[in-house]
Amino acid sequence: MNLRRDVFQAIADPTRRAILLLVASQSLTAGAIAANFNTARPTVSKHLQILTECRLLEQKQTGREIYYHINAQNMKAIADFIEPFRKMWDDRFNKLEAVMKDYKPNK
Amino acid sequence: MEQKTKINAEDGKQDLVITRQFDLPLELLFKAYVEPELLEQWMGSKVIKLENKKHGGWHFEKKDAEGNIVFSANGVIHDFIPEQKITRTFEMANTPFGVQLEITEFEKLTDNTSKLTMHVIYESAAQRDEVLKLPFKQGINWAHNRLEEIVSKLK
Repeated sequence: MNLRRDVFQAIADPTRRAILLLVASQSLTAGAIAANFNTARPTVSKHLQILTECRLLEQKQTGREIYYHINAQNMKAIADFIEPFRKMWDDRFNKLEAVMKDYKPNK
Repeated sequence: MEQKTKINAEDGKQDLVITRQFDLPLELLFKAYVEPELLEQWMGSKVIKLENKKHGGWHFEKKDAEGNIVFSANGVIHDFIPEQKITRTFEMANTPFGVQLEITEFEKLTDNTSKLTMHVIYESAAQRDEVLKLPFKQGINWAHNRLEEIVSKLK
């Protein structure tokens, strides 16, 4: 539960969302990620640290380089957070449909 | 399986769109939104006030078994076009979610099917996301309460 709350904080920032989009297509080193932003390198490092702590990104050592990978499972948790909201409306509309199917005018 | 109710909430935006197709003629779908006794049945709230007209007001309320108000929402109807469109404001009392603008459109598909499109605009993107997370948080709370109930019975 704490993990999910942190995840929402992590994606609240536009730079962090952009980093996730970037890494989603291919694993990259911190330097390669930073090269895509005008932001100072330490700022990007801080964002990478937060994303790693929230377990949206994973670090993997390949030779001398550390590559960042997306954690697909935790990304799915974000995609799913809208589902209870959808389900709530779906239940409500199912009820509406049932009520109106039983509805007899002039009763 | 195709989902009947769809939500389109784009990242970082302050609005969302809910769409739903009904196996109901347009007249019946619209009736479910304007007749208090029908609204109460599917919404599960009591209709305190519902003035289905331009510049009318509305107020819904839900009480628990002890008579405490657990949900209270109200707003004004900005525009009302029968069997086409209802534009209203919506605000939940005693919550930090602010006011939202709801544009609900009713469309005939066939003689026996219809479509509802609800465009909801929030005060900010952050506020929209808080509202979106509400059922998610409630789900966690309810699971907790149930857990507490079970645990308390074990003692």
